[in-house]
Amino acid sequence: MIGYVLKRILTSIPVIIGITVITFFLLNVVPGDPVVLMMKEHISPDVVERVKAEMHLNDPVYLRYIKYMWGALHGDLGTSYKLKNRKVLDLIIDAFPNTLKLSLAAVLIAWAVGIPAGIVSAIKQYSFIDNFFMGFALLGVSMPVFWSALIMQYIFSMKLGLLPVSGFAGPKYIIMPAIVLGWSSAASIARLTRSSLLEVIRADYIRTARAKGLKEWQVVFHHALKNSMLPVVTIMAIQIASLLSGAVITESVFGIPGIGRLSVNAIQNRDMPLLQGTLIFTVVLVILGNLVADIAYSYLDPRIKYE
Amino acid sequence: MGVDKKDTPLHEQLEFDEEMELQGTTFMREVWYRFRRNKMAMAGAITIIFLILIACFAPWVAPHDPYRVDLNEQFIAPCAKYLLGTDMYGRDVLSRVIFGTRISLVIGLVPSIISMILGSVLGIISGYYGGRVDTAIMRVADMVMAFPSLLLAMAVMYTLGANLYNIFIALSIVGWAGTARVVRAQTLSIKEKEFVESARAIGVKNWIIMIRHIFPNCIAPLLVLLTLGIPEAIMSEASLSFLGVGAQPPTPSWGLMISNGKEYLLSAPWVAITPGFAILIIVMAFNFLGDGLRDALDPFMKQ
Repeated sequence: MIGYVLKRILTSIPVIIGITVITFFLLNVVPGDPVVLMMKEHISPDVVERVKAEMHLNDPVYLRYIKYMWGALHGDLGTSYKLKNRKVLDLIIDAFPNTLKLSLAAVLIAWAVGIPAGIVSAIKQYSFIDNFFMGFALLGVSMPVFWSALIMQYIFSMKLGLLPVSGFAGPKYIIMPAIVLGWSSAASIARLTRSSLLEVIRADYIRTARAKGLKEWQVVFHHALKNSMLPVVTIMAIQIASLLSGAVITESVFGIPGIGRLSVNAIQNRDMPLLQGTLIFTVVLVILGNLVADIAYSYLDPRIKYE
Repeated sequence: MGVDKKDTPLHEQLEFDEEMELQGTTFMREVWYRFRRNKMAMAGAITIIFLILIACFAPWVAPHDPYRVDLNEQFIAPCAKYLLGTDMYGRDVLSRVIFGTRISLVIGLVPSIISMILGSVLGIISGYYGGRVDTAIMRVADMVMAFPSLLLAMAVMYTLGANLYNIFIALSIVGWAGTARVVRAQTLSIKEKEFVESARAIGVKNWIIMIRHIFPNCIAPLLVLLTLGIPEAIMSEASLSFLGVGAQPPTPSWGLMISNGKEYLLSAPWVAITPGFAILIIVMAFNFLGDGLRDALDPFMKQ
């Protein structure tokens, strides 16, 4: 077990390094002079040259990468082009709690809605309630996040006046974004819980449990549910990535000052260091999330081989 | 492992091939039979055919010119002349949604096909040769898949610049890795089969084995991946355009239309809301089709 955990940790290190290489080269081969972009057109060539030398932009790319990574390991992700005197890491640290709150609320909704809906659908397969939940789930995975966000804003903020349209100043502000973001996760969790439970319910030991006279809810909750939850745990890990992608859009629509909005703003302002920082930060987060999920999974399911 | 084909008399080989062909036709017939009985999948297929027709004949179907600006006719609510109303430049929303079908279908198909080809080639090579080539390709695929796809696409768009054609490139770069993994897994199991071994034994070149013997066996999963990849690409394009790093105005991209309309949500909700229905319908149709194809091609997966 410990060997597996160690091996799993060691194998994610090259992936993290690879990710930083891809991101760095992708963003540093961008056409156009960053200094000119930063300082507008009318500046003298001398100044451009001086600033370039100061920022080490004349060094070869691989050297800049090594310097960048050296800095990153020491907690320095560079300085934003646009927001002067702001360290990228500070901006990320300021924004991250907001993204975290939003994601946690969304995950909570996804689990609290998705798992019960999946269970009920499986128990009452092909019933009206099953069709209703599955239809809702289908909507959840087929609707663009930004569109459902706008519809909710229109109904609950503009027409009914129940919730604030956007901003992030209290618990009331998190309700709509969390529902919008959690909906598609809830949908895939519900679908997976349903199909996984349906599969388990056909197993021999479930028939045995019924045969020895257990009540239906005991069969479902004590015998079937535990075994059917394994694939659901896996998809939760995969959803960390889609949640962070979705957060980019959700944060933009609802004006939440999180990592996602930071990266969208960075693109719009052509603020390369900020974009680079947010991207690397997010991807490392996803990789670590997958790592934790894999370890949790191997703990939950002893049948997994630790090669 | 398998029977060496060299030792079998020629006429028996021929019989064997004939039988295979016969099996092939009945397999396809069975697939079609199962697919046809799936109402959702059929509905999806019919919707897609309908949308393709709309896209092809957009100039004739659309009641107005989707680009014509008329500032005297801003924000007209849905009425007989403008069935879905007009937007902030007085352009007909319905016509723009109809022309948007073209963009969405092309954006759905082209990057999916490119990443399919790229993923198949790399996946077959990876699975067939194994060893270092395999490790190298699969590690890169791991990295691409570790990225949240929207973020990777955003980074590519940052570098290439925001326009419709660069979305093709961005989505292809994002999409190939998943295909490569599936094709590799399929190749790994097929290359151990007797017919590949016998092909190798009679001296068929590696690349011919890959194209003639291994690739055809990957087509079924590839078809499912393709149909399920299309709605994903459509959704990504809409998201990128919504965020302002995709299609640029005045392109009638659905994502961009929603983005532009959101400023007028209270006074003219139809501008932002209608294109969303179009996205919903097209994405659902492709998802139904993909699910139906998967069930039809692999009956054992179905409950």
